Amino acid sequence: MARLIRTEKEVEGRYEEVWLVVDEDALEQWPAGPREIVGRPAERIDGLERARGEAVYTADVKLPGMLHTAVLRSPYAHARVPRIDVSPALAQPGVHAAIGPADLDQLQDECGYQGTPVAAVCADTYEQARAALAAIDVEWAQLDVVLDPDDAGARKQLVGEPRERARGDYEAGIAEADVVVQGEYRTQVVLHNSMETHQAVVQWVGDTLEVYISTQYIWGIREEIAETLGIPGDKIRVVCHYMGGGFGSKNSPDDFTFIAIELAKRTARPVRCALTRREENLATGNRNATIQRLTIGAKADGTLTALGGEYVNATGWSGWSSPVEGPMQQLYSCPNVKTTTYAARINQPPMKAFRAPGFVEGTFGLEALLDVLAAKLEIDPLELRRRNYAANDPADDRPYSGKNLIECYRRAQPHWDRRHEVRARSTATVKRGVGMASQVWYGGGGPPSYAWIRVGSDGRATVVTAMQDIGTGTKTAMAQIAAEELGIPFEHVTVTLGDSARGPFASISAGSSTIPSMGPAVRAAAADAKRQILEIAAQRHELDEEQLDIRSGNVVSADGKLDTPLEELVGLLESAQILGSGARGPNPAGMQVLTFGVQVAEVAVDIETGEVWVDRVAAIHDVGRVINPLGAESQIEGGIIQGIGHTLSEQRLHDPRTGQILTTSLDAYKLPTIADVPEIVSELVDEPDTHLTNLGSKGLGEPPIIPTAAAIANAIRDATGAEVHELPISREEMLRALKDAKERERDAAPAGI
Amino acid sequence: MPELNVNGHMYEVHATVGATLAEALRDELSLTGTKVACGEGHCGACTVLLDGIPTLSCITLVHAVDGAKVTTIEGLRDHPMVQSFVRADALQCGFCTPGQIVSAVALVGTKRKPSTEEIRHAMSGNLCRCGAYPKIEEAIRTWQD
Repeated sequence: MARLIRTEKEVEGRYEEVWLVVDEDALEQWPAGPREIVGRPAERIDGLERARGEAVYTADVKLPGMLHTAVLRSPYAHARVPRIDVSPALAQPGVHAAIGPADLDQLQDECGYQGTPVAAVCADTYEQARAALAAIDVEWAQLDVVLDPDDAGARKQLVGEPRERARGDYEAGIAEADVVVQGEYRTQVVLHNSMETHQAVVQWVGDTLEVYISTQYIWGIREEIAETLGIPGDKIRVVCHYMGGGFGSKNSPDDFTFIAIELAKRTARPVRCALTRREENLATGNRNATIQRLTIGAKADGTLTALGGEYVNATGWSGWSSPVEGPMQQLYSCPNVKTTTYAARINQPPMKAFRAPGFVEGTFGLEALLDVLAAKLEIDPLELRRRNYAANDPADDRPYSGKNLIECYRRAQPHWDRRHEVRARSTATVKRGVGMASQVWYGGGGPPSYAWIRVGSDGRATVVTAMQDIGTGTKTAMAQIAAEELGIPFEHVTVTLGDSARGPFASISAGSSTIPSMGPAVRAAAADAKRQILEIAAQRHELDEEQLDIRSGNVVSADGKLDTPLEELVGLLESAQILGSGARGPNPAGMQVLTFGVQVAEVAVDIETGEVWVDRVAAIHDVGRVINPLGAESQIEGGIIQGIGHTLSEQRLHDPRTGQILTTSLDAYKLPTIADVPEIVSELVDEPDTHLTNLGSKGLGEPPIIPTAAAIANAIRDATGAEVHELPISREEMLRALKDAKERERDAAPAGI
Repeated sequence: MPELNVNGHMYEVHATVGATLAEALRDELSLTGTKVACGEGHCGACTVLLDGIPTLSCITLVHAVDGAKVTTIEGLRDHPMVQSFVRADALQCGFCTPGQIVSAVALVGTKRKPSTEEIRHAMSGNLCRCGAYPKIEEAIRTWQD
């Protein structure tokens, strides 16, 4: 039954209190461990069409009469456009329309970053559109740039209000500490660089707007367009059957979609607006740089007495302030914590969410400094973390819905114990070591999310829901859940998704929320269909429906007398279908729903050249029940590999005088390749969260990228004694850290020796 | 007008001078299995076989390869490497996957059982942002299973 509740909604660590209509059928969780289908490895149900190149991505959508768009962007990091005339572009070959700041809110004449969209042209071909940009008569007035986040802070040039979070008495905590350690850590700007660039194809069909878009959130696109254009949501159809990666950067329509919509309106033609790779590296968001000034106070036995952090998010020209202080607030038990976070508004492209925004950066600083503390106290780093385990959420004292971090530590122990053997393999110039770091993150998902299911007379089922599979394998997981609940073979389930006009509302695929949000709705829908099937079976065979079940595609009775193929029963429907529907219920009230984990990294450092190799990463995460261990392993490996890129090679560089971006291609911006991949060992605790939904599953998209940088930095420290303070750990940073370590050692040595 | 043998079929291509092979394949022949992710030869997503050699179609001018034999992912749909990628879960978003498979097919065409080092060398020009690399390596190692 539908009911209205007041609940807390969380996306990427941002909470809001909302009214929600929820509709939930109480279903008991399945027992822990692998079931017939759920919890066992499944190949992707859409693997073949993706591998064969048959899957139609937004990049492959070609509508009759479709025009192509090129966007004029500010070449300067800070400029005004005192004069612009787009009309000369109209005279260029193939051009159908040209728009500027006067025509569309998303086109601007005040440019706060290089790449700000200023004008757009659409033409028969992309080449024609791009060539016509040169004909636009535009005057740029360059303005002074602010690029240093501390400088922006001093000028009070901020995005939003500074965020202060405190508990206990921080100063008293420092006073009672036996040891206080401090450190400044910096992280760089990294780019999502999804293989499919941001793009949309739009067309007006009557009074309906069709939007084909590479997105993580079909319904968010629909809502934002509806609000912006002032047209009803049902007059907008958003389609995304396959998409080529997002990592947090594709949650909203962005300026390119609105440009396409406006041009489609003006030309009465379908219009594509697809960003080039160079534009992708400028204007589609990034993980912003951070500065973290951290203090830890502890007793001699390692008990934390105070944690303090001053955090700066170098947000760019706009965006939001990511929860970079989150790990300090939430990872360990500590009575006295004080953090301040402000977002510096600088003349750089705006940030966007990027796979565990804030927590990746904040975990690097916190966990690196915690190892400095461990060394000072001569306590084993893993033991230090165990001693500060939080039994309740330290930020608000709420109980956890489920937490198996101690079990993660236990399973990490054999990997951690390798450090003696690893260190022993060091040579005079190549030093080896092992480091670890813990992980905390959200990933509980939430309502609302809905699914339908139809079972045909052939006994096969189709899950229908307007969610999206961004490559994480959620489509496959939904098929597993439906098959498990219905009691039919996995191969007998199809999933239809990716179209707001062809299914009910579904969750965003961000914040590690797709499986925990959608999975319970799909299970509820399957249970609804199954109930109806068993009602029919009970009448057909004159049996009590309580005695009936569906197993491996057969309708069976408890006494074993009935064992008949499902299609014989539902065959009675002829071409009609059983229709089930399901909804995601609320999260457990008063509980904190989080994911946990630990990673152990092994590295080798050439102390002459500063080169760092990651040889092995062991990852143990606790995300509740695992639906598809094969897909889960892929998520973990992918997260760690992105983490290695973040730690060692990726960095967006800008000209420190002009703010112009220097790394706009994939040869300048260094993504990890297959040759950079270490041995990866992954393990999931796989214990259902008994308080969370009818599945007990949490999300896994983000957790694996969170502790990787810190574990590598700590392994470097273990190998060399050098303290890394900046990402990426370039050879330059590595050599600086080695030199500092040498000087520290010399300063510490008794005089005269 | 260049003539191409694409996946065993002859085509006369009407592309303008300056058009790339990727554009001819995707826009003119509607063979959209070949993806363009960077458009400047840095990522490998657009890899096709040109007379058997893995080639970046996004930086190959179509008029420069008149008469060539081109194999795209559509021509490899029944190659065991495709199944091997699916079996090993060697793809996530799938956008780079056709290019990965074309490169992998070229590799095992020259050496049926490549070593890990040979796989890493031959495949290092095909970027995968999802990080499916360990499974890609596995798929190539086990493609004959």
